Amino acid sequence: MAYIKALSYYLPDKVSSTSDLYDLLGKEYVDKVAKQVGVGFRHISSKNQTSSDLAVCAAEKMFEEYKIEREIIDYVIFCTQTPDYLMPSTSCILQDRLKLSHNCGTTGIDLGCSGFVYGLAIAQSFVKAGLAKNVLFLTADTISKVLSETSESRLLFGDGAAACLISDEGFCKIGSEFVLGSDGSGYKDLILENSGMRNYYAEKDPDDPKNYMYMNGENIFNFTAKTVPPLVDSTLEKYGFTKEDVDLFVFHQANKFMLNTVRKVCGISKDKFYIDLENYGNTTSSTIPIALKDAMDKQIIKPGSKVMIAGFGIGLSWAGGILKF
Amino acid sequence: MDLEKFLADFADIFDETDASEIKADTQFHYLDEWSSMSGMAVIAIVKSIYGKEITGEDIKKCDTVNDLFELVKNK
Repeated sequence: MAYIKALSYYLPDKVSSTSDLYDLLGKEYVDKVAKQVGVGFRHISSKNQTSSDLAVCAAEKMFEEYKIEREIIDYVIFCTQTPDYLMPSTSCILQDRLKLSHNCGTTGIDLGCSGFVYGLAIAQSFVKAGLAKNVLFLTADTISKVLSETSESRLLFGDGAAACLISDEGFCKIGSEFVLGSDGSGYKDLILENSGMRNYYAEKDPDDPKNYMYMNGENIFNFTAKTVPPLVDSTLEKYGFTKEDVDLFVFHQANKFMLNTVRKVCGISKDKFYIDLENYGNTTSSTIPIALKDAMDKQIIKPGSKVMIAGFGIGLSWAGGILKF
Repeated sequence: MDLEKFLADFADIFDETDASEIKADTQFHYLDEWSSMSGMAVIAIVKSIYGKEITGEDIKKCDTVNDLFELVKNK
């Protein structure tokens, strides 16, 4: 069996509130959208602060909070879509910056909204297979850097990082069964086009929208409404559970309106559905660990709680699993 | 298909708008809380609860909640 042994998160100091966008996007519009997406504040990385900077802070916080000796870490998995460099893998840089052993393997995962659930599935399989004993799984993104100045997505996305230690003992058992899926035909619905080799030789025009993250909100909404209900059902099925057996549903915190629609479409009651967007916004792969930590701190998740986690979005990609605290 | 049930399902889309404000003759495009996202929620809920597929264009052509009801009923 594999367990979560430690869990912490870190947010950059700079906080942007809804009213900061009044001048750019108009007060009436901003207030209406902010209310619907359920985001009041977002933490924004400074110009020189990268995903590895945030991940280092999250990991150091976790080491301190749980009194973890860093020598025990024998594998690092780093999930980000905004790496420090295209090459080398930021996971290697993290081995060095966190002063981890040279016998520590590292791997990057380039997933977003589904990344935490995927990373957990991979990390627990490493522990169970004996490939590693203590996997440091980090998620971090600085999406604010890839949004145009006037993008309405600024109302929704925040920067942040989370650190999670997966081990053969801990406070939360990771269920062995995961439901994983993908549909790359929707890759253009959420994309930063000028980011890799495909458009490497394109003329670099700073006004080109391809330099910024593009989201087809309608397609992403429809994808979510279509994909999440069967994802929930098949995850429950793997464990022989009904919705009543689950104490709390912690989904990727995409936006409040979308989450509420998903909740209704899935037939999940309000009191079992955790929404944690107000103070951070959508931090992509870090939303689920941040929400788990907050729910633990608020004693909404208690020892014995069974929690379903589900991530869905960019890729398009989705994943679901069960945690037992 | 039951109109009362449909009105309740439609009202459930909103957070701020009280269910009592949603009647058959309500011109939903004029509700403060109505937005393009609400339209997407209507499409998702109609599909999951009633098993019918409607489009954003279909919704645009409707004026009242009753028009929506008739649209879904006749799909």
